[in-house]
Amino acid sequence: MSALGRVVRSGVGRRRVQTLVVALATLMAVASAVVAGSLMVASSAPFDHAFARQHGPHLIAQVDGAKASTGQLAATGHVPGVTASAGPYDTAVINAQDPNGMRMPELTVAGRATPGGALDDLTLDSGRWAAKPGEIVLPTGFPPEIFPLGSSLRIQGGPVLTVVGRAQSVSESADAWVTPGQISALRVAGAPVTVEMFYRFASAGTKARLTADRATLAAALPPGALLGTRSYLDTKLSADGESAPFVPFLMAFGVLGLVMSVIIVSSVVSGAVGASLRRIGILKAVGFTPGQVVRAYVAQALVPAGVGVVLGVVLGNLLALPLLSDAEQVYGSAGLSVAWWVDLAVPAVALGVVVIAALVPALRAGRLRTVEAIAIGRAPSTGRGQWAHRAVGRLPLPRAVTLGLASPFARPVRTAAMLAAVVFGTAAATFAVGLASSLNAVAAAQHPDAATPVIVLAGGLGPPAPGGPPPRISAADGARIRSAIQAQPGTESYYGTAFTQVTVPGLTGSIQAQLYQGDSRPGAYEMIAGHWFTGAGQAVVPTHFLDVTGTRVGDSVTVVDQGVSVRLRIVGEAFDPGADGMRLHTDVSSFASVKEGIPVDAYNVVLKPGVSAVDYIEKVNAVLRPLGAQAVPNQDSGGSLLVVLEAMAALLTLMLVAVAGLGVLNSVMLDTRERVHDLGVCKAIGMSPRQTVTMVLASVVGVGVAGGIIGVPVGVALHDYILPVMGHAAGTRLTPRIVSVYHALELVLLGLGGVAIAVLGATLPAGWAAKARTAAALRTE
Amino acid sequence: MGNLIALDRTTKGYGAGAPALGPLTFTVEPGEALAVTGPSGSGKSTLLNLVAGLDKPTAGTVTVDGLRIDQLGEHALARFRRERIGMVFQFFNLLDDLTVADNILLPAQLAGMPRAKAAARTSELMETLGIEDHAGAYPGRLSGGERQRVAVARALVNRPALLLADEPTGALDTTSGRDVRELLIDLHRGGQTIVLVTHDLALAEACASRTVHLVDGHVAFDQTAEVAR
Repeated sequence: MSALGRVVRSGVGRRRVQTLVVALATLMAVASAVVAGSLMVASSAPFDHAFARQHGPHLIAQVDGAKASTGQLAATGHVPGVTASAGPYDTAVINAQDPNGMRMPELTVAGRATPGGALDDLTLDSGRWAAKPGEIVLPTGFPPEIFPLGSSLRIQGGPVLTVVGRAQSVSESADAWVTPGQISALRVAGAPVTVEMFYRFASAGTKARLTADRATLAAALPPGALLGTRSYLDTKLSADGESAPFVPFLMAFGVLGLVMSVIIVSSVVSGAVGASLRRIGILKAVGFTPGQVVRAYVAQALVPAGVGVVLGVVLGNLLALPLLSDAEQVYGSAGLSVAWWVDLAVPAVALGVVVIAALVPALRAGRLRTVEAIAIGRAPSTGRGQWAHRAVGRLPLPRAVTLGLASPFARPVRTAAMLAAVVFGTAAATFAVGLASSLNAVAAAQHPDAATPVIVLAGGLGPPAPGGPPPRISAADGARIRSAIQAQPGTESYYGTAFTQVTVPGLTGSIQAQLYQGDSRPGAYEMIAGHWFTGAGQAVVPTHFLDVTGTRVGDSVTVVDQGVSVRLRIVGEAFDPGADGMRLHTDVSSFASVKEGIPVDAYNVVLKPGVSAVDYIEKVNAVLRPLGAQAVPNQDSGGSLLVVLEAMAALLTLMLVAVAGLGVLNSVMLDTRERVHDLGVCKAIGMSPRQTVTMVLASVVGVGVAGGIIGVPVGVALHDYILPVMGHAAGTRLTPRIVSVYHALELVLLGLGGVAIAVLGATLPAGWAAKARTAAALRTE
Repeated sequence: MGNLIALDRTTKGYGAGAPALGPLTFTVEPGEALAVTGPSGSGKSTLLNLVAGLDKPTAGTVTVDGLRIDQLGEHALARFRRERIGMVFQFFNLLDDLTVADNILLPAQLAGMPRAKAAARTSELMETLGIEDHAGAYPGRLSGGERQRVAVARALVNRPALLLADEPTGALDTTSGRDVRELLIDLHRGGQTIVLVTHDLALAEACASRTVHLVDGHVAFDQTAEVAR
């Protein structure tokens, strides 16, 4: 081993605490960054690659074919900003049945002669393209076990189509494809004649840009011709699925970890230089060049950092696996793993940061004059803390306390590093506590019917026969069920719910509509804007619905169910990220015009105070069973995503707080070692072990208090910034109850957390100082 | 009058091999000024550390002012040091961040002496030792002799029964060394019991009423001043 190698090895071995601190700090930073980076790649790469391969359109426009001619549509391909266009393709909304005769959600079918095209170049995954009327191509994601190639798809009131192929449109331009000549046969009588156009624009990177592009298109078409649009950003958002909300908070932890690594590494190496002046002097005296000294001290930081980086990559990969498994389900692509370049780039950046952080103090070591270094032997007294001793010494506190309180001022840079560690630790804890509270609030907001402990199911209760179709129990008489619930002692109030699939002109595919009967206020979702509906014709929708449809609270929207158009006025924006953020809420009477009617199939019951749900269910079931209904407890299954988020936040916070504590420990340890001679003097003149511990702990209390005072607002600010970003990634705005989660007492306790981190970090060195042998300490140079 | 210091077969060893000190048996009476002399490695500092309670003997007992200090725990030893002894070191061992007055006050404050009383005692000592003009100065600005006077004042602030001085003139120039010697003589005349560890035979002769000379951890001779002269 070379002389330099031996010096590095002995340096690393002698400073075990510093080695551990650097290793842990880099481990934490790298693990967070690997998870965040891999999720970002996983959530963007599959979509972006497929989108580019298929020449996906930035905007898919649904146009009223009766209002815009083919020539007018073709002309839109030349409006300013449009770089490519395709279409028009005729579209129709169909009601199909599965092989068991069950009604399926409505499908938007497009007529296309070929899968290829200048834009939305479809990928034909199996079979062939529809060549003649009577043939249909389904999306790849359609269940193949229900509709294998060659199977039949029965259209309600229309022809029977044979499935001849499976194709994929990453832009989700349609739910199925037929020949252009087939479309007219599929249209329900009286339904609007719609066509779709695809566009790419010179500038389409942001939602605002696309809104402007949409306005340009609308202006180029006859008034009212543009029924709706769908942007690729919305499609991408939907494709990102559950993994998207992870990225902002993981990025936040990654940045926190990285900044903390810089602080810790530079502080540790700086401290190592300060504590090794004599050693540096001797190294130079025996022939080490300044460059070798610099390399030796950078290497002393790089060795533990290297270990931390390797372990961090391993931990990051392990943490990313369950999240990537979610992403696999979203993209339907098996084998998503952490991108190889993430595993290389993150460690490279981390090690680069460590080198830079270590270089400054190492260069100082290289510049030290040999004679001075040997003569001084230890860091010289700076005289900086004298004013503090003078000021604090006048306080009516025990002398051990005042000595401790003044000591941080003697080494302001080291104190600043310690303060930064405490600030970051406190901020991380504050952020994590807020995140947990917000996630709990999200969980509560996602399940507003939690206030109704009993649900009465009105039909379809029997178990399905093995291999057979679902039981078709006739719907119970709603009026008699409602009477039974109303008459049951213990009932405070109740409301009925039903679900149906509707289409929105301008949007491909169907969306879910939740219909309510009676006073639905106990089950109302938390409102972001506007109010819960108060009668027929009003609707409440989530943020993503407004974004996708380009509507606002106060606007009207038309939805189509079973060929019947229903006009609804949007009266509120609700927090409801379920059903891809596209669920519409309205009174069941809004859909009174739908010919088959929509049966209410469940009733949520609010019980009077003190009524046992178990007793209530037992008694009401005696009345309901003869009616074909049954009461069951309302059990919230909980969200696995929230559990994973909370667990990850807790883990990362624990790591950050631990690193913060170790940062303090490192600083106090260095300080104690430097002051060991002074400690010996104090003990020689009568300072007791308890007074010694008090003095060392008091030296960090001020830093802890300051760290708490600074760290808590930083954590709150981080939370208030990250939460909306997470909400945005999930396609929703957030309610004040989700964002404003901190209570005054909680903030005070979190502030005291800064003191706790500082005191815990200083406890070990304080004990060491108390146990240090006085005679040996006095001999220390 | 009883002994102020009593060593009974006191031995101190470091690992295997011959002990660094002892076994040693001797006593020091109140009011005595004992000089411990001897070459390097003879055990002088080890003896001082045992008497100050900074170290513990491997065998035998150490009794100071009636206390078996070899049996005391760390907390009791700290109380012993601040109440019963004062220490003066070769390199002063003043705290650079504290003023002269604060350095002197420190043992009194650690002992819990009321603030006003401690301040009065500090002023009295600074006046006695001629350093009252430096009360607000920091040790780094003082000469060696002045710093040692501050160290002596700090050692005396709690009115200890015993003053231990370890090479108190070893780091001083001739003039300053003479000042400190005069100071120790005055203190002894005032009745202060002193144990002085030194290489300087002239200092021992001037200040001490009795000299114990150590060689290889054993007493080579133990003489009172009259015999020595």
